[in-house]
Amino acid sequence: MGELSKLARYRVTETLLEARDLACERDLRLLFAQLNFAVQPGELLQVLGPNGSGKTSLLRILAGLMPAAGGQVLLNGRAIETQRSELARQLLWLGHAPGIKGLLSAEENLGWLTALHEGASREQIWQALAAVGLRGFEDVPCHTLSAGQQRRVGLARLHLPGPKLWILDEPFTALDVQAVAALEQHLQQHCAHGGAVILTTHHPLALPADSYRRLDLTQGAAC
Amino acid sequence: MLRLCILLFKRETRLLFRRPMELANPLVFFALVISLFPLAIGPESRLLATIAPGVVWVAALLAVLLSLDGLFRSDYEDGSLEQWVLAPQPLSLLVLIKVLAHWLCSGLALVLLSPLLGLMLGLPERTLGVLLLSLLLGTPVLSLLGAVGAALTVGLKRGGLLLALLILPLYIPVLILGSGALQASLQGLPTAGYLWWLASLMVLAVSLAPLAIAAGLKISVAE
Repeated sequence: MGELSKLARYRVTETLLEARDLACERDLRLLFAQLNFAVQPGELLQVLGPNGSGKTSLLRILAGLMPAAGGQVLLNGRAIETQRSELARQLLWLGHAPGIKGLLSAEENLGWLTALHEGASREQIWQALAAVGLRGFEDVPCHTLSAGQQRRVGLARLHLPGPKLWILDEPFTALDVQAVAALEQHLQQHCAHGGAVILTTHHPLALPADSYRRLDLTQGAAC
Repeated sequence: MLRLCILLFKRETRLLFRRPMELANPLVFFALVISLFPLAIGPESRLLATIAPGVVWVAALLAVLLSLDGLFRSDYEDGSLEQWVLAPQPLSLLVLIKVLAHWLCSGLALVLLSPLLGLMLGLPERTLGVLLLSLLLGTPVLSLLGAVGAALTVGLKRGGLLLALLILPLYIPVLILGSGALQASLQGLPTAGYLWWLASLMVLAVSLAPLAIAAGLKISVAE
């Protein structure tokens, strides 16, 4: 019995983020209910579903930006409402709008955004910008960049030291083919190093089918 | 933490100075409204000096309100607010610094401009010190209270008028004390009581308003 409970505790600590009986309601419409899934370190979870099925709402609930209509989200086995600061330390959130200021340059934007977590040196920021193909655009105001380039500035955060759990809402929007492939590679590498990724996208991932899991909101079960 | 506060302060002032029109507009509004009164009432300086305390304070109140409408709007639209809400640092501290930076760039300029406009309204020189001091103590309260309203209305499409309706009633104590101080000084009465009251209101606003602003922003982001 002792062995068993030890085993159970081990499983609980192993799970990074867990959703229990999660339900979401918007404007009196139930988007999903009784949603159960867990994300372990090293896992990539793709949330699927047609427009309006509640993908973004699910991510916002998981990040603690929005209260769930029912159920709860657990981080390391404890409800996120009771440990907001712990969640904030472990979570990197990139929403539809990635928090990039048009009036600031890419370097200034990233300098501030990384300072919220671990901080990054100037060299690290330049390297991250080079990694997303923005070498030479470090000190250009972001409003002069194209939509895809602005997206890349936001994604450069993924190349800087920071939290291990990434929640990304439509990260592939406005990216070109090479950038999509590079980002997929980078996500896979992050998972290989013990990180975890939850993302929504309509675009089918070009990764081996066994290297990530899919959660279809229309079916309500992870497969 | 201090390093982060300085970084945030620099970022906010940089953002404000890269859009100087938004800083200048409330100032021009303040000067214009005040200069309308001599034109409308006529240059009889006794009458102007009698109504000057009220005129200056009402104009200052409206100018501050005007400058606050867009305080959080761009942060809301570009996703910065989500990053702030999810940051490990307390949101109330971040918004306090933001409002402080905003006040230093817009409110302080208004305070410094006021003696000139006071002279235009025929205020005697001996009252200018009180005018300056009362605005110096009062405008931070106006900024902080207005930021609470701005935080609550940021998610609405046309929040400007609602902001005025929500916040103007809360401005009444500051208006009474500020114009009261000036009125007393005009009649040669002691003003210390009014100024102490204003100072205590300021301390109260600095310590409590950030909590309300943070709560308002969390509600707006959760929508």
